[in-house]
Amino acid sequence: MKTKLIYSLAFALAVTLAATGCRHKPVNVTPLPQGMTPPLPTEPSAPTLPPGPTMNPGENPTGIPEASPEEINGMIPDRAALAAYTIHFAYDSAVIRDSEQSSLQSVASALAADPNAKLLVEGNCDERGTEEYNRSLGERRALAAREALAKLGVDPMRVFTRSYGKDKPADPGHDESAWQRNRRDDFVLLHPKPGS
Amino acid sequence: MKNCLKICLPVLIAVFAVNIGYSQDEITITHEITVLGNTRPIPVSLDGFSGEAASVLKFDLYVQGFAFVTPDAAQYQINGSASGDVSGSLTDKLAKKVILSKSYTGTNLRRQAHAFANDIVFAITGKKGIGQTKIAFKAQQADGTGEIYVSDFDGHDALAVTHDNAIVSKPSWVPGRLALYYNSYKLENPDIFYSDLSTGQRRVFASSSDSNFSPAASPDGSKVAMILSKDGRPDVYVANADGSNLKRLTTGIEDSSPCWSPDGQWICFATKISGRRLLAKVPADGGAVQVIHTAGAPNPTEPDCSPDGKWIAFTRQAGEFDICVMPADGSAPPTVLAEGEAPSWSPNSRTLVFNHSVHYLQTLSVLDVFTKQVKDVARVSGSDSEPAWAK
Repeated sequence: MKTKLIYSLAFALAVTLAATGCRHKPVNVTPLPQGMTPPLPTEPSAPTLPPGPTMNPGENPTGIPEASPEEINGMIPDRAALAAYTIHFAYDSAVIRDSEQSSLQSVASALAADPNAKLLVEGNCDERGTEEYNRSLGERRALAAREALAKLGVDPMRVFTRSYGKDKPADPGHDESAWQRNRRDDFVLLHPKPGS
Repeated sequence: MKNCLKICLPVLIAVFAVNIGYSQDEITITHEITVLGNTRPIPVSLDGFSGEAASVLKFDLYVQGFAFVTPDAAQYQINGSASGDVSGSLTDKLAKKVILSKSYTGTNLRRQAHAFANDIVFAITGKKGIGQTKIAFKAQQADGTGEIYVSDFDGHDALAVTHDNAIVSKPSWVPGRLALYYNSYKLENPDIFYSDLSTGQRRVFASSSDSNFSPAASPDGSKVAMILSKDGRPDVYVANADGSNLKRLTTGIEDSSPCWSPDGQWICFATKISGRRLLAKVPADGGAVQVIHTAGAPNPTEPDCSPDGKWIAFTRQAGEFDICVMPADGSAPPTVLAEGEAPSWSPNSRTLVFNHSVHYLQTLSVLDVFTKQVKDVARVSGSDSEPAWAK
Protein backbone atom coordinates (compact mmCIF):
# COMPACT_ATOMS: atom_id res chain seq x y z
CA MET A 1 0.00 0.00 0.00
CA LYS A 2 2.89 2.30 0.83
CA THR A 3 4.36 1.67 -2.56
CA LYS A 4 1.07 2.47 -4.20
CA LEU A 5 0.73 5.72 -2.33
CA ILE A 6 4.22 6.80 -3.27
CA TYR A 7 3.54 5.88 -6.87
CA SER A 8 0.31 7.89 -6.80
CA LEU A 9 1.91 10.93 -5.27
CA ALA A 10 4.72 10.77 -7.78
CA PHE A 11 2.18 10.59 -10.56
CA ALA A 12 0.29 13.59 -9.18
CA LEU A 13 3.54 15.51 -8.84
CA ALA A 14 4.43 14.69 -12.42
CA VAL A 15 1.09 16.04 -13.65
CA THR A 16 1.44 19.17 -11.55
CA LEU A 17 4.93 19.75 -12.92
CA ALA A 18 3.64 19.21 -16.41
CA ALA A 19 0.98 21.86 -15.88
CA THR A 20 3.32 24.38 -14.34
CA GLY A 21 5.93 24.66 -17.00
CA CYS A 22 7.53 21.29 -17.53
CA ARG A 23 8.34 20.84 -21.20
CA HIS A 24 6.96 17.33 -21.39
CA LYS A 25 3.46 17.06 -22.68
CA PRO A 26 1.05 16.13 -19.85
CA VAL A 27 -0.19 12.59 -20.13
CA ASN A 28 -3.87 13.26 -19.50
CA VAL A 29 -4.90 16.49 -21.18
CA THR A 30 -8.49 17.26 -22.05
CA PRO A 31 -8.72 19.86 -24.79
CA LEU A 32 -11.95 21.84 -24.52
CA PRO A 33 -13.81 23.02 -27.60
CA GLN A 34 -13.59 26.68 -28.48
CA GLY A 35 -16.71 28.80 -28.34
CA MET A 36 -19.71 27.97 -26.25
CA THR A 37 -19.63 24.60 -24.58
CA PRO A 38 -22.55 22.56 -25.78
CA PRO A 39 -25.23 22.64 -23.12
CA LEU A 40 -26.54 19.28 -24.06
CA PRO A 41 -24.84 15.96 -23.65
CA THR A 42 -26.10 14.73 -26.99
CA GLU A 43 -24.65 17.61 -29.01
CA PRO A 44 -21.96 16.08 -31.20
CA SER A 45 -19.95 19.28 -31.54
CA ALA A 46 -19.81 22.64 -29.86
CA PRO A 47 -22.17 24.98 -31.63
CA THR A 48 -21.65 28.68 -31.35
CA LEU A 49 -24.67 30.41 -29.95
CA PRO A 50 -25.53 33.42 -32.07
CA PRO A 51 -26.17 36.67 -30.25
CA GLY A 52 -29.89 36.15 -30.76
CA PRO A 53 -32.26 36.64 -33.61
CA THR A 54 -32.61 40.16 -34.88
CA MET A 55 -35.91 41.22 -36.29
CA ASN A 56 -35.80 42.94 -39.63
CA PRO A 57 -39.13 44.67 -40.21
CA GLY A 58 -38.36 45.15 -43.90
CA GLU A 59 -37.61 41.56 -44.77
CA ASN A 60 -39.19 39.79 -41.85
CA PRO A 61 -36.85 36.82 -42.29
CA THR A 62 -38.21 34.89 -39.35
CA GLY A 63 -41.74 34.74 -40.64
CA ILE A 64 -43.14 36.63 -37.67
CA PRO A 65 -45.56 39.36 -38.66
CA GLU A 66 -44.74 42.76 -37.27
CA ALA A 67 -47.47 44.20 -35.09
CA SER A 68 -47.77 47.92 -34.82
CA PRO A 69 -47.93 48.93 -31.16
CA GLU A 70 -50.83 51.17 -32.16
CA GLU A 71 -52.89 48.15 -33.17
CA ILE A 72 -54.49 45.31 -31.25
CA ASN A 73 -55.90 42.50 -33.30
CA GLY A 74 -55.90 44.91 -36.24
CA MET A 75 -57.82 47.60 -34.34
CA ILE A 76 -56.98 50.91 -32.68
CA PRO A 77 -57.02 50.72 -28.88
CA ASP A 78 -58.58 53.46 -26.79
CA ARG A 79 -57.39 52.97 -23.23
CA ALA A 80 -58.99 56.13 -21.86
CA ALA A 81 -62.60 55.49 -22.87
CA LEU A 82 -63.29 52.77 -20.28
CA ALA A 83 -60.51 53.51 -17.78
CA ALA A 84 -63.05 54.54 -15.14
CA TYR A 85 -64.65 51.09 -15.21
CA THR A 86 -61.70 48.95 -14.14
CA ILE A 87 -63.00 46.20 -11.85
CA HIS A 88 -61.17 44.66 -8.89
CA PHE A 89 -61.06 41.19 -7.37
CA ALA A 90 -60.59 39.52 -4.00
CA TYR A 91 -57.29 37.75 -3.30
CA ASP A 92 -56.80 34.62 -5.43
CA SER A 93 -60.32 34.97 -6.84
CA ALA A 94 -61.76 35.42 -10.32
CA VAL A 95 -65.31 35.90 -9.02
CA ILE A 96 -66.85 39.21 -10.05
CA ARG A 97 -68.25 40.96 -7.00
CA ASP A 98 -71.72 42.52 -6.99
CA SER A 99 -70.14 45.91 -6.38
CA GLU A 100 -68.53 45.73 -9.85
CA GLN A 101 -71.79 45.19 -11.74
CA SER A 102 -72.34 48.90 -12.42
CA SER A 103 -68.89 49.16 -14.03
CA LEU A 104 -69.64 46.14 -16.21
CA GLN A 105 -73.00 47.68 -17.16
CA SER A 106 -71.18 50.86 -18.25
CA VAL A 107 -68.79 48.81 -20.39
CA ALA A 108 -71.73 46.93 -21.91
CA SER A 109 -73.48 50.23 -22.65
CA ALA A 110 -70.40 51.65 -24.37
CA LEU A 111 -70.24 48.57 -26.61
CA ALA A 112 -73.97 48.81 -27.32
CA ALA A 113 -73.55 52.46 -28.33
CA ASP A 114 -70.74 51.65 -30.75
CA PRO A 115 -71.58 48.48 -32.69
CA ASN A 116 -68.33 48.60 -34.67
CA ALA A 117 -66.16 48.65 -31.56
CA LYS A 118 -64.71 45.60 -29.88
CA LEU A 119 -63.32 45.11 -26.40
CA LEU A 120 -60.05 43.90 -24.93
CA VAL A 121 -60.20 42.74 -21.31
CA GLU A 122 -56.80 42.67 -19.59
CA GLY A 123 -56.64 40.48 -16.49
CA ASN A 124 -54.04 41.27 -13.84
CA CYS A 125 -52.92 39.89 -10.47
CA ASP A 126 -51.11 41.03 -7.37
CA GLU A 127 -47.61 39.70 -6.74
CA ARG A 128 -48.72 36.98 -4.31
CA GLY A 129 -48.76 33.96 -6.58
CA THR A 130 -46.22 32.25 -8.81
CA GLU A 131 -45.75 33.75 -12.26
CA GLU A 132 -47.46 31.17 -14.45
CA TYR A 133 -50.17 30.56 -11.84
CA ASN A 134 -50.93 34.27 -11.95
CA ARG A 135 -50.92 34.23 -15.74
CA SER A 136 -53.74 31.68 -15.61
CA LEU A 137 -55.51 33.52 -12.78
CA GLY A 138 -55.35 36.80 -14.73
CA GLU A 139 -56.75 35.07 -17.79
CA ARG A 140 -59.54 33.64 -15.68
CA ARG A 141 -60.34 37.16 -14.41
CA ALA A 142 -60.50 38.48 -17.97
CA LEU A 143 -62.68 35.54 -19.04
CA ALA A 144 -64.98 36.11 -16.03
CA ALA A 145 -65.62 39.65 -17.29
CA ARG A 146 -66.38 38.33 -20.77
CA GLU A 147 -68.89 35.87 -19.29
CA ALA A 148 -70.49 38.64 -17.21
CA LEU A 149 -70.68 40.96 -20.22
CA ALA A 150 -72.29 38.20 -22.25
CA LYS A 151 -75.01 37.99 -19.60
CA LEU A 152 -75.51 41.73 -20.10
CA GLY A 153 -76.11 41.14 -23.81
CA VAL A 154 -72.61 41.69 -25.23
CA ASP A 155 -71.70 39.29 -28.03
CA PRO A 156 -68.69 37.39 -26.58
CA MET A 157 -67.20 37.29 -30.08
CA ARG A 158 -66.56 41.03 -29.67
CA VAL A 159 -64.48 40.52 -26.53
CA PHE A 160 -60.78 39.57 -26.56
CA THR A 161 -59.06 38.52 -23.35
CA ARG A 162 -55.43 38.82 -22.35
CA SER A 163 -53.62 38.01 -19.10
CA TYR A 164 -50.62 39.94 -17.86
CA GLY A 165 -50.28 37.86 -14.70
CA LYS A 166 -48.29 40.00 -12.27
CA ASP A 167 -46.17 41.60 -14.99
CA LYS A 168 -48.17 44.84 -15.32
CA PRO A 169 -49.06 46.11 -11.83
CA ALA A 170 -51.06 49.36 -11.60
CA ASP A 171 -49.27 50.07 -8.33
CA PRO A 172 -45.62 49.03 -7.86
CA GLY A 173 -46.02 48.86 -4.07
CA HIS A 174 -45.76 45.72 -1.94
CA ASP A 175 -48.60 46.28 0.54
CA GLU A 176 -52.28 45.48 0.80
CA SER A 177 -53.44 48.71 -0.87
CA ALA A 178 -51.16 48.07 -3.87
CA TRP A 179 -52.29 44.44 -4.07
CA GLN A 180 -55.94 45.53 -4.08
CA ARG A 181 -55.32 47.94 -6.95
CA ASN A 182 -53.41 45.31 -8.91
CA ARG A 183 -56.04 42.54 -8.77
CA ARG A 184 -58.04 43.94 -11.66
CA ASP A 185 -59.51 43.81 -15.15
CA ASP A 186 -58.76 46.81 -17.36
CA PHE A 187 -61.12 47.44 -20.29
CA VAL A 188 -59.71 48.71 -23.57
CA LEU A 189 -62.09 49.83 -26.31
CA LEU A 190 -60.97 48.77 -29.80
CA HIS A 191 -62.00 50.88 -32.79
CA PRO A 192 -61.82 49.71 -36.39
CA LYS A 193 -58.98 51.20 -38.39
CA PRO A 194 -60.16 54.10 -40.55
CA GLY A 195 -61.12 52.83 -43.96
CA SER A 196 -61.36 49.20 -42.88
CA MET B 1 -3.18 -0.12 7.16
CA LYS B 2 -1.97 1.37 10.45
CA ASN B 3 -0.68 4.40 8.60
CA CYS B 4 -4.07 4.90 7.05
CA LEU B 5 -5.86 4.90 10.38
CA LYS B 6 -3.44 7.50 11.70
CA ILE B 7 -4.21 9.99 8.97
CA CYS B 8 -7.94 9.41 8.83
CA LEU B 9 -10.44 11.59 10.69
CA PRO B 10 -12.53 9.97 13.44
CA VAL B 11 -15.57 10.00 11.15
CA LEU B 12 -13.63 8.23 8.44
CA ILE B 13 -12.27 5.76 10.93
CA ALA B 14 -15.83 4.95 11.90
CA VAL B 15 -16.81 4.33 8.32
CA PHE B 16 -13.65 2.38 7.69
CA ALA B 17 -14.05 0.28 10.82
CA VAL B 18 -17.51 -0.77 9.82
CA ASN B 19 -16.34 -1.64 6.36
CA ILE B 20 -13.00 -3.10 7.30
CA GLY B 21 -12.12 -6.02 5.14
CA TYR B 22 -14.55 -4.94 2.42
CA SER B 23 -13.60 -3.69 -0.97
CA GLN B 24 -13.42 0.01 -1.80
CA ASP B 25 -16.51 -0.26 -3.93
CA GLU B 26 -18.62 -0.99 -0.91
CA ILE B 27 -17.17 1.93 1.01
CA THR B 28 -18.27 4.31 -1.73
CA ILE B 29 -21.85 3.31 -1.02
CA THR B 30 -21.82 6.07 1.61
CA HIS B 31 -22.14 8.48 -1.35
CA GLU B 32 -25.40 6.94 -2.41
CA ILE B 33 -27.38 8.16 0.58
CA THR B 34 -30.09 10.25 -0.96
CA VAL B 35 -32.16 11.59 1.88
CA LEU B 36 -33.83 14.78 0.70
CA GLY B 37 -32.31 17.79 2.39
CA ASN B 38 -30.56 15.73 5.04
CA THR B 39 -27.64 13.98 3.37
CA ARG B 40 -24.20 14.88 4.72
CA PRO B 41 -22.00 16.68 2.24
CA ILE B 42 -18.83 14.88 1.13
CA PRO B 43 -15.81 16.58 2.77
CA VAL B 44 -13.14 17.66 0.30
CA SER B 45 -10.11 19.93 0.46
CA LEU B 46 -9.13 22.31 -2.32
CA ASP B 47 -5.56 23.53 -2.60
CA GLY B 48 -3.44 25.28 -5.16
CA PHE B 49 -6.21 27.12 -6.99
CA SER B 50 -6.92 30.82 -6.79
CA GLY B 51 -9.03 33.44 -8.47
CA GLU B 52 -11.64 32.48 -11.02
CA ALA B 53 -10.73 28.80 -11.23
CA ALA B 54 -11.03 28.47 -7.45
CA SER B 55 -14.38 30.24 -7.36
CA VAL B 56 -15.76 28.05 -10.17
CA LEU B 57 -14.58 24.86 -8.45
CA LYS B 58 -16.00 25.98 -5.10
CA PHE B 59 -19.36 26.94 -6.58
CA ASP B 60 -19.71 23.83 -8.74
CA LEU B 61 -18.76 21.41 -5.97
CA TYR B 62 -20.72 23.15 -3.21
CA VAL B 63 -24.01 23.00 -5.12
CA GLN B 64 -23.35 19.33 -5.91
CA GLY B 65 -23.10 18.26 -2.29
CA PHE B 66 -19.45 18.76 -1.35
CA ALA B 67 -18.18 20.64 1.72
CA PHE B 68 -14.75 22.26 1.94
CA VAL B 69 -12.58 21.27 4.88
CA THR B 70 -8.87 21.15 5.68
CA PRO B 71 -6.79 18.48 3.91
CA ASP B 72 -6.60 16.55 7.18
CA ALA B 73 -10.35 16.36 7.50
CA ALA B 74 -11.03 15.67 3.83
CA GLN B 75 -12.28 12.42 2.39
CA TYR B 76 -10.93 13.56 -0.97
CA GLN B 77 -8.10 16.01 -1.59
CA ILE B 78 -8.21 18.23 -4.65
CA ASN B 79 -4.88 19.72 -5.64
CA GLY B 80 -3.80 21.62 -8.68
CA SER B 81 -3.26 24.98 -10.20
CA ALA B 82 -4.69 27.37 -12.74
CA SER B 83 -1.52 29.12 -13.80
CA GLY B 84 -1.99 29.18 -17.54
CA ASP B 85 -4.35 26.24 -17.80
CA VAL B 86 -6.27 24.30 -15.20
CA SER B 87 -4.56 21.15 -14.03
CA GLY B 88 -5.29 19.07 -11.02
CA SER B 89 -5.59 15.80 -9.22
CA LEU B 90 -8.05 14.13 -6.90
CA THR B 91 -6.84 11.88 -4.11
CA ASP B 92 -9.11 9.40 -2.38
CA LYS B 93 -7.67 9.42 1.14
CA LEU B 94 -9.49 6.30 2.20
CA ALA B 95 -8.16 4.27 -0.73
CA LYS B 96 -4.89 6.21 -0.54
CA LYS B 97 -4.71 6.72 -4.23
CA VAL B 98 -5.00 9.39 -6.88
CA ILE B 99 -8.24 8.69 -8.69
CA LEU B 100 -8.10 11.59 -11.12
CA SER B 101 -5.25 13.53 -12.65
CA LYS B 102 -5.89 15.80 -15.58
CA SER B 103 -4.94 18.94 -17.41
CA TYR B 104 -7.20 21.06 -19.58
CA THR B 105 -6.48 23.29 -22.54
CA GLY B 106 -8.54 25.61 -24.69
CA THR B 107 -11.32 28.20 -24.22
CA ASN B 108 -10.84 29.89 -20.86
CA LEU B 109 -10.18 29.18 -17.20
CA ARG B 110 -13.88 29.11 -16.30
CA ARG B 111 -14.63 26.35 -18.79
CA GLN B 112 -11.54 24.42 -17.81
CA ALA B 113 -12.51 24.66 -14.12
CA HIS B 114 -16.09 23.55 -14.91
CA ALA B 115 -14.66 20.57 -16.82
CA PHE B 116 -12.38 19.68 -13.90
CA ALA B 117 -15.30 19.98 -11.45
CA ASN B 118 -17.31 17.64 -13.66
CA ASP B 119 -14.47 15.11 -13.72
CA ILE B 120 -14.21 15.32 -9.92
CA VAL B 121 -17.95 14.72 -9.50
CA PHE B 122 -17.82 11.78 -11.88
CA ALA B 123 -14.74 10.26 -10.24
CA ILE B 124 -16.36 10.40 -6.79
CA THR B 125 -20.03 9.74 -7.49
CA GLY B 126 -19.98 8.00 -10.86
CA LYS B 127 -22.58 10.51 -12.04
CA LYS B 128 -22.29 13.21 -14.63
CA GLY B 129 -21.89 16.64 -13.04
CA ILE B 130 -23.65 19.86 -13.92
CA GLY B 131 -20.55 21.99 -14.54
CA GLN B 132 -21.03 22.22 -18.28
CA THR B 133 -24.81 22.61 -18.42
CA LYS B 134 -26.91 25.58 -19.52
CA ILE B 135 -30.02 27.31 -18.26
CA ALA B 136 -32.54 29.64 -19.88
CA PHE B 137 -34.53 32.22 -17.93
CA LYS B 138 -36.33 35.53 -18.18
CA ALA B 139 -34.70 38.78 -17.11
CA GLN B 140 -37.29 41.45 -16.38
CA GLN B 141 -36.89 45.20 -16.02
CA ALA B 142 -38.90 47.46 -13.70
CA ASP B 143 -41.44 48.30 -16.44
CA GLY B 144 -42.35 44.62 -16.79
CA THR B 145 -40.64 44.07 -20.14
CA GLY B 146 -37.71 41.72 -20.41
CA GLU B 147 -35.78 39.28 -22.53
CA ILE B 148 -35.15 35.54 -22.59
CA TYR B 149 -31.53 34.69 -21.76
CA VAL B 150 -29.34 31.62 -21.97
CA SER B 151 -26.31 31.20 -19.71
CA ASP B 152 -24.08 28.68 -18.01
CA PHE B 153 -25.89 27.05 -15.08
CA ASP B 154 -24.08 29.46 -12.73
CA GLY B 155 -25.38 32.54 -14.55
CA HIS B 156 -22.11 33.35 -16.28
CA ASP B 157 -21.65 33.92 -20.01
CA ALA B 158 -25.27 35.04 -20.43
CA LEU B 159 -26.59 35.78 -23.89
CA ALA B 160 -29.92 37.38 -24.75
CA VAL B 161 -32.03 35.16 -26.99
CA THR B 162 -34.60 37.92 -27.60
CA HIS B 163 -34.20 41.65 -28.19
CA ASP B 164 -37.85 42.63 -28.16
CA ASN B 165 -38.44 44.88 -25.13
CA ALA B 166 -41.57 42.86 -24.49
CA ILE B 167 -43.04 40.97 -21.56
CA VAL B 168 -41.67 37.42 -21.77
CA SER B 169 -42.03 34.30 -19.65
CA LYS B 170 -41.49 30.59 -19.18
CA PRO B 171 -38.66 29.46 -21.46
CA SER B 172 -38.69 25.69 -22.10
CA TRP B 173 -35.81 23.83 -23.75
CA VAL B 174 -36.35 21.22 -26.40
CA PRO B 175 -34.43 18.32 -24.82
CA GLY B 176 -31.25 17.49 -26.71
CA ARG B 177 -31.42 20.57 -28.90
CA LEU B 178 -30.33 24.19 -28.83
CA ALA B 179 -33.91 25.36 -29.12
CA LEU B 180 -36.44 27.03 -26.84
CA TYR B 181 -40.15 27.65 -26.60
CA TYR B 182 -41.19 30.70 -24.60
CA ASN B 183 -44.03 33.11 -24.10
CA SER B 184 -43.72 36.67 -25.46
CA TYR B 185 -46.03 39.66 -25.70
CA LYS B 186 -43.98 41.02 -28.62
CA LEU B 187 -47.06 41.00 -30.85
CA GLU B 188 -49.16 42.50 -28.01
CA ASN B 189 -51.00 39.26 -27.27
CA PRO B 190 -49.26 36.59 -25.18
CA ASP B 191 -48.11 34.15 -27.85
CA ILE B 192 -45.82 31.13 -27.75
CA PHE B 193 -42.61 31.50 -29.76
CA TYR B 194 -40.04 28.94 -30.85
CA SER B 195 -36.39 29.93 -31.28
CA ASP B 196 -33.73 27.71 -32.81
CA LEU B 197 -30.57 29.02 -31.15
CA SER B 198 -28.23 27.31 -33.58
CA THR B 199 -29.65 29.20 -36.57
CA GLY B 200 -31.13 32.26 -34.84
CA GLN B 201 -34.42 31.62 -36.61
CA ARG B 202 -37.68 31.80 -34.75
CA ARG B 203 -41.38 31.50 -35.39
CA VAL B 204 -44.69 31.92 -33.64
CA PHE B 205 -45.88 28.56 -32.38
CA ALA B 206 -49.28 29.43 -30.87
CA SER B 207 -51.15 32.71 -31.29
CA SER B 208 -54.86 32.29 -30.80
CA SER B 209 -56.63 35.61 -30.24
CA ASP B 210 -56.89 35.02 -26.49
CA SER B 211 -53.96 33.99 -24.29
CA ASN B 212 -51.27 31.42 -25.19
CA PHE B 213 -48.59 30.70 -22.59
CA SER B 214 -46.62 28.25 -20.39
CA PRO B 215 -45.09 26.07 -23.15
CA ALA B 216 -43.33 22.80 -22.25
CA ALA B 217 -41.57 20.65 -24.85
CA SER B 218 -42.01 16.89 -24.51
CA PRO B 219 -38.94 14.77 -23.59
CA ASP B 220 -38.54 13.62 -27.21
CA GLY B 221 -39.22 17.11 -28.56
CA SER B 222 -42.06 15.92 -30.76
CA LYS B 223 -44.85 17.65 -28.82
CA VAL B 224 -45.57 20.80 -26.85
CA ALA B 225 -47.87 21.14 -23.85
CA MET B 226 -49.18 24.64 -23.12
CA ILE B 227 -51.98 26.74 -21.65
CA LEU B 228 -54.52 28.18 -24.11
CA SER B 229 -57.73 29.98 -23.19
CA LYS B 230 -59.51 29.60 -26.51
CA ASP B 231 -62.34 27.57 -24.95
CA GLY B 232 -63.18 30.06 -22.24
CA ARG B 233 -60.81 28.73 -19.56
CA PRO B 234 -57.06 28.47 -19.24
CA ASP B 235 -56.74 24.77 -20.13
CA VAL B 236 -53.85 22.41 -20.80
CA TYR B 237 -53.39 21.65 -24.51
CA VAL B 238 -50.93 19.53 -26.38
CA ALA B 239 -49.88 19.81 -30.03
CA ASN B 240 -47.23 18.36 -32.29
CA ALA B 241 -44.06 20.41 -32.68
CA ASP B 242 -45.20 21.40 -36.18
CA GLY B 243 -48.40 22.83 -34.69
CA SER B 244 -50.63 20.03 -35.94
CA ASN B 245 -52.95 17.82 -33.92
CA LEU B 246 -53.88 20.40 -31.28
CA LYS B 247 -55.78 18.72 -28.48
CA ARG B 248 -57.30 20.01 -25.24
CA LEU B 249 -56.46 17.75 -22.30
CA THR B 250 -58.17 19.47 -19.37
CA THR B 251 -61.30 21.39 -18.55
CA GLY B 252 -60.28 22.62 -15.12
CA ILE B 253 -61.41 26.06 -14.10
CA GLU B 254 -57.86 27.39 -13.77
CA ASP B 255 -54.97 25.22 -14.98
CA SER B 256 -51.34 26.32 -15.21
CA SER B 257 -47.70 25.24 -15.61
CA PRO B 258 -47.83 21.96 -17.56
CA CYS B 259 -44.70 19.77 -17.46
CA TRP B 260 -43.93 16.31 -18.85
CA SER B 261 -43.09 13.08 -17.10
CA PRO B 262 -39.73 11.85 -18.44
CA ASP B 263 -41.38 8.92 -20.25
CA GLY B 264 -43.63 11.37 -22.12
CA GLN B 265 -46.74 9.53 -20.93
CA TRP B 266 -48.08 12.13 -18.50
CA ILE B 267 -48.45 15.86 -18.24
CA CYS B 268 -48.37 17.26 -14.71
CA PHE B 269 -49.89 20.66 -14.05
CA ALA B 270 -51.33 22.92 -11.37
CA THR B 271 -55.10 23.17 -11.11
CA LYS B 272 -57.84 24.43 -8.85
CA ILE B 273 -60.69 22.23 -7.64
CA SER B 274 -63.41 23.60 -5.35
CA GLY B 275 -61.28 26.66 -4.67
CA ARG B 276 -58.22 24.63 -3.65
CA ARG B 277 -54.96 24.72 -5.57
CA LEU B 278 -53.69 21.21 -6.33
CA LEU B 279 -51.23 19.39 -8.53
CA ALA B 280 -52.65 16.91 -11.02
CA LYS B 281 -51.64 14.80 -13.98
CA VAL B 282 -53.34 13.76 -17.19
CA PRO B 283 -52.29 11.21 -19.84
CA ALA B 284 -50.46 13.06 -22.63
CA ASP B 285 -52.81 11.58 -25.24
CA GLY B 286 -55.91 12.42 -23.21
CA GLY B 287 -57.82 10.79 -20.37
CA ALA B 288 -58.90 11.21 -16.79
CA VAL B 289 -57.22 13.81 -14.61
CA GLN B 290 -55.66 12.42 -11.41
CA VAL B 291 -54.86 14.56 -8.38
CA ILE B 292 -51.27 14.40 -7.08
CA HIS B 293 -51.48 14.70 -3.30
CA THR B 294 -49.03 17.11 -1.70
CA ALA B 295 -49.89 16.61 1.96
CA GLY B 296 -48.60 19.43 4.11
CA ALA B 297 -47.64 21.61 1.16
CA PRO B 298 -50.51 24.05 0.57
CA ASN B 299 -51.18 25.87 -2.70
CA PRO B 300 -48.81 23.85 -4.90
CA THR B 301 -47.97 25.22 -8.36
CA GLU B 302 -45.15 24.95 -10.94
CA PRO B 303 -44.47 21.18 -10.89
CA ASP B 304 -41.31 19.87 -12.57
CA CYS B 305 -40.62 16.13 -12.96
CA SER B 306 -37.02 14.97 -12.52
CA PRO B 307 -35.47 13.38 -15.65
CA ASP B 308 -34.91 10.09 -13.78
CA GLY B 309 -38.62 9.93 -13.00
CA LYS B 310 -38.12 9.70 -9.24
CA TRP B 311 -39.10 13.17 -8.03
CA ILE B 312 -41.53 16.03 -8.52
CA ALA B 313 -40.36 19.49 -7.52
CA PHE B 314 -42.91 22.26 -7.09
CA THR B 315 -43.59 25.58 -5.39
CA ARG B 316 -45.80 25.72 -2.33
CA GLN B 317 -47.28 28.96 -1.06
CA ALA B 318 -47.68 29.18 2.69
CA GLY B 319 -47.23 32.91 3.09
CA GLU B 320 -43.96 32.99 1.18
CA PHE B 321 -42.98 30.62 -1.64
CA ASP B 322 -40.99 27.48 -0.88
CA ILE B 323 -39.33 24.87 -3.07
CA CYS B 324 -40.63 21.37 -2.28
CA VAL B 325 -39.65 17.95 -3.59
CA MET B 326 -41.62 14.73 -3.25
CA PRO B 327 -41.26 11.22 -4.66
CA ALA B 328 -43.11 11.01 -7.99
CA ASP B 329 -44.87 7.84 -6.81
CA GLY B 330 -46.28 9.67 -3.78
CA SER B 331 -44.56 7.24 -1.39
CA ALA B 332 -43.51 10.06 0.95
CA PRO B 333 -44.82 13.55 1.69
CA PRO B 334 -43.08 16.60 0.22
CA THR B 335 -39.91 17.97 1.81
CA VAL B 336 -39.52 21.75 2.01
CA LEU B 337 -35.99 22.57 0.87
CA ALA B 338 -35.60 26.33 0.40
CA GLU B 339 -37.49 29.58 0.07
CA GLY B 340 -38.16 30.25 -3.59
CA GLU B 341 -40.27 29.40 -6.63
CA ALA B 342 -40.18 28.03 -10.18
CA PRO B 343 -37.92 24.96 -9.67
CA SER B 344 -36.32 23.23 -12.67
CA TRP B 345 -34.34 19.97 -12.45
CA SER B 346 -30.77 19.51 -13.61
CA PRO B 347 -30.19 16.79 -16.23
CA ASN B 348 -28.77 14.47 -13.53
CA SER B 349 -31.88 14.81 -11.30
CA ARG B 350 -29.92 15.95 -8.25
CA THR B 351 -29.91 19.74 -8.39
CA LEU B 352 -32.60 22.39 -8.86
CA VAL B 353 -32.37 25.90 -10.23
CA PHE B 354 -35.10 28.27 -9.03
CA ASN B 355 -35.68 31.95 -8.25
CA HIS B 356 -36.24 33.74 -4.98
CA SER B 357 -36.90 37.31 -3.96
CA VAL B 358 -34.11 39.56 -2.75
CA HIS B 359 -35.42 43.07 -2.04
CA TYR B 360 -38.30 42.47 -4.46
CA LEU B 361 -35.98 41.44 -7.28
CA GLN B 362 -35.85 37.79 -8.28
CA THR B 363 -32.47 36.08 -8.17
CA LEU B 364 -31.62 32.64 -9.54
CA SER B 365 -30.30 30.09 -7.11
CA VAL B 366 -28.96 26.53 -7.39
CA LEU B 367 -29.90 23.92 -4.78
CA ASP B 368 -28.51 20.45 -4.10
CA VAL B 369 -31.68 18.66 -3.04
CA PHE B 370 -29.91 16.01 -0.94
CA THR B 371 -27.66 18.24 1.18
CA LYS B 372 -29.81 21.39 0.87
CA GLN B 373 -26.66 23.33 -0.01
CA VAL B 374 -27.77 26.38 -1.99
CA LYS B 375 -26.08 29.34 -3.66
CA ASP B 376 -27.27 32.29 -5.72
CA VAL B 377 -25.97 32.49 -9.26
CA ALA B 378 -24.58 35.67 -10.82
CA ARG B 379 -27.32 38.22 -11.51
CA VAL B 380 -27.73 38.86 -15.20
CA SER B 381 -30.14 41.75 -15.57
CA GLY B 382 -33.00 43.20 -13.51
CA SER B 383 -35.17 40.48 -12.03
CA ASP B 384 -34.12 36.99 -13.15
CA SER B 385 -36.75 34.25 -12.92
CA GLU B 386 -38.44 31.17 -14.38
CA PRO B 387 -35.22 29.26 -15.04
CA ALA B 388 -35.25 26.16 -17.24
CA TRP B 389 -32.33 23.75 -17.08
CA ALA B 390 -31.22 22.43 -20.48
CA LYS B 391 -31.53 18.65 -20.68
